[in-house]
Amino acid sequence: MADVSLKEVFKSFGKTEVIHGISCDIKDGEFIVILGPSGCGKSTLLRMIAGLEVITAGEIEINGKVVNQLEPADRDIAMVFQNYALYPHMTVFKNMAYGLKIRRMPKEEIKKRVQKAAEILELTEFLDRKPRQLSGGQRQRVAMGRCIVREPKVFLFDEPLSNLDAKLRVQMRLEIRKLHEDLNITSVYVTHDQVEAMTLGDRLIVMDNGYTAQIGSPLEVYEQPATRFVAGFIGSPAMNFIHVRLSPDGKSVQIPGDVSLPLVNGSVPGQGGKDVLLGIRPEHFELATAEKKDGLHLQVDHVELLGADTLVHGHFGEGKNALILRLPDIQQISKNTILPLAIPPSKLHLFDMDSGKRIGK
Amino acid sequence: MVDIHNTRDTHYRLLDHCIPHIYTFVASTRTLDEITSSVPIFPGSHFVENYMQALSAGSKDVGATVGTMMLNSLIMALGISFGKIFISLLAAFAIVYFKFRFRMFFFWLIFITLMLPVEVRILPTYKVAADLKLLDSYSGLIFPLIASATATFLFRQFFMTVPDELCEAHRIDGGGPIRFFFDILIPMSRTSIAALFVILFIYGWNQYLWPLLITTDEKYYTLLIGIKRMLAAGDTQAEWNIIMASSMLAMVPPVLVVIIMQKQFVKGMTDTEK
Repeated sequence: MADVSLKEVFKSFGKTEVIHGISCDIKDGEFIVILGPSGCGKSTLLRMIAGLEVITAGEIEINGKVVNQLEPADRDIAMVFQNYALYPHMTVFKNMAYGLKIRRMPKEEIKKRVQKAAEILELTEFLDRKPRQLSGGQRQRVAMGRCIVREPKVFLFDEPLSNLDAKLRVQMRLEIRKLHEDLNITSVYVTHDQVEAMTLGDRLIVMDNGYTAQIGSPLEVYEQPATRFVAGFIGSPAMNFIHVRLSPDGKSVQIPGDVSLPLVNGSVPGQGGKDVLLGIRPEHFELATAEKKDGLHLQVDHVELLGADTLVHGHFGEGKNALILRLPDIQQISKNTILPLAIPPSKLHLFDMDSGKRIGK
Repeated sequence: MVDIHNTRDTHYRLLDHCIPHIYTFVASTRTLDEITSSVPIFPGSHFVENYMQALSAGSKDVGATVGTMMLNSLIMALGISFGKIFISLLAAFAIVYFKFRFRMFFFWLIFITLMLPVEVRILPTYKVAADLKLLDSYSGLIFPLIASATATFLFRQFFMTVPDELCEAHRIDGGGPIRFFFDILIPMSRTSIAALFVILFIYGWNQYLWPLLITTDEKYYTLLIGIKRMLAAGDTQAEWNIIMASSMLAMVPPVLVVIIMQKQFVKGMTDTEK
């Protein structure tokens, strides 16, 4: 049980700086997910917390103690790797017991702890097997068991579900969440899968190219993305972006094709007349019932029926701005239909053209 | 359809290989007179007698019994195999897992020795061995042959396929490098070690030139030198029956090693457990 705190952490490999000063306080018992596309430095950040990478500048504290100079073994952390990293020649029992054996724990105690972990993870009948005789999901559980028996202060997960098939991934996701609720150990979890991030995390750290783009709860990140990057990264299909111009009073936006959309909560003062980027999530479009003249009209290019919902690809206006819509249920829409659309003002997001930062609430 | 050509070829090969061995065996069961006066086809009745004489007394000109020489060969072969394996494992471990200055330089230094045949190095090696007073000793038979670029290279390649995460998981588990080496790497390499052991044992057993140079004392003769000495009987008639019995005996240990370790050997050559 411990809190983890990162203070202006930098990392360079040779002359290339890959982590550009990340600060974050992780509370005791919190489940933090580090989310980002591949190559954004999320694994590096986790490995720095683990002590597998030396940090170039800054401070990492675990339980109030600076651990910059400590070996991974002395940081009281446990880590689950993407490829499990089980010792192939040892049985499941020995794999879980090995870390304890090195720490010279009495045999009785080791046995007790491993048995307990095996029960939690439903591995009791596999204790005498070798890792290669297990399925992917079971191996991943052994890897977690190896962490549990150590009773560490912090759990670190490095994309632990990436090597599993889709169905197992959903199941293991729930198990990890349940495990966290039972043990309540501070956890840091790295993934590029936003569904994992949204379902598992108490808070997310969204990373972009070595910077933190946003830190917040999953809903905050979804509803109030701080930058254009976060807005585009969270959500599937990705958010639609349209180049628009704010009205002079800042109370509405002008969409190409002479459509004007009012903004919620009045306006964004001081930004009137500016060119900005409007973001609308595909699931936030609504089909307008009556054919309104001033609404947005989408010409359908093609339709993807997913069963639970329908994705409509289309375009509007003279610039042929492409849009994706996600409509609930199965919708029989044929190509080239003109769909009148309505967008609730509260679901509009505005971003600065240059900095990509969010404008307004 | 069966490939007749190939089958026949195989048969010829089998004959090719078998006839000398069969004849060696036949000759080893006959008296000297029977061998020198005719060409016997079937084994005779002197099997026990010849082999006992070889093992306990040896050929009269050599001065060491086949038993002693077999023991010497065994010590040398085992010493070379285990020594080579251990040194190579350590060298490969250093090269793969530790970052130190001139790491690649050392790797290539080891690698280059692969390209130099033993005969090229034999004189300087002899000089070094002589200066270190290793002549006529087991150390002299074993140590100069213990460095192995091939084995180092093999283990290096194997270690490089071991995922980095394993080493990292071990670090998080709290183990040091020596522990990682003995607890993780060596058990993981055991099939490669077994395969290499078979090859190296035969290599060590078959050493001829080096023991010939370095031993002058009969006490340290290896079996292969012994057999050669038996042939050089000078004016007297070579004791062919004893020589043949010794040759048969010389074949036993390598054959045993191969038979016993066959399964491991094939496994080590074909698959790796990761």
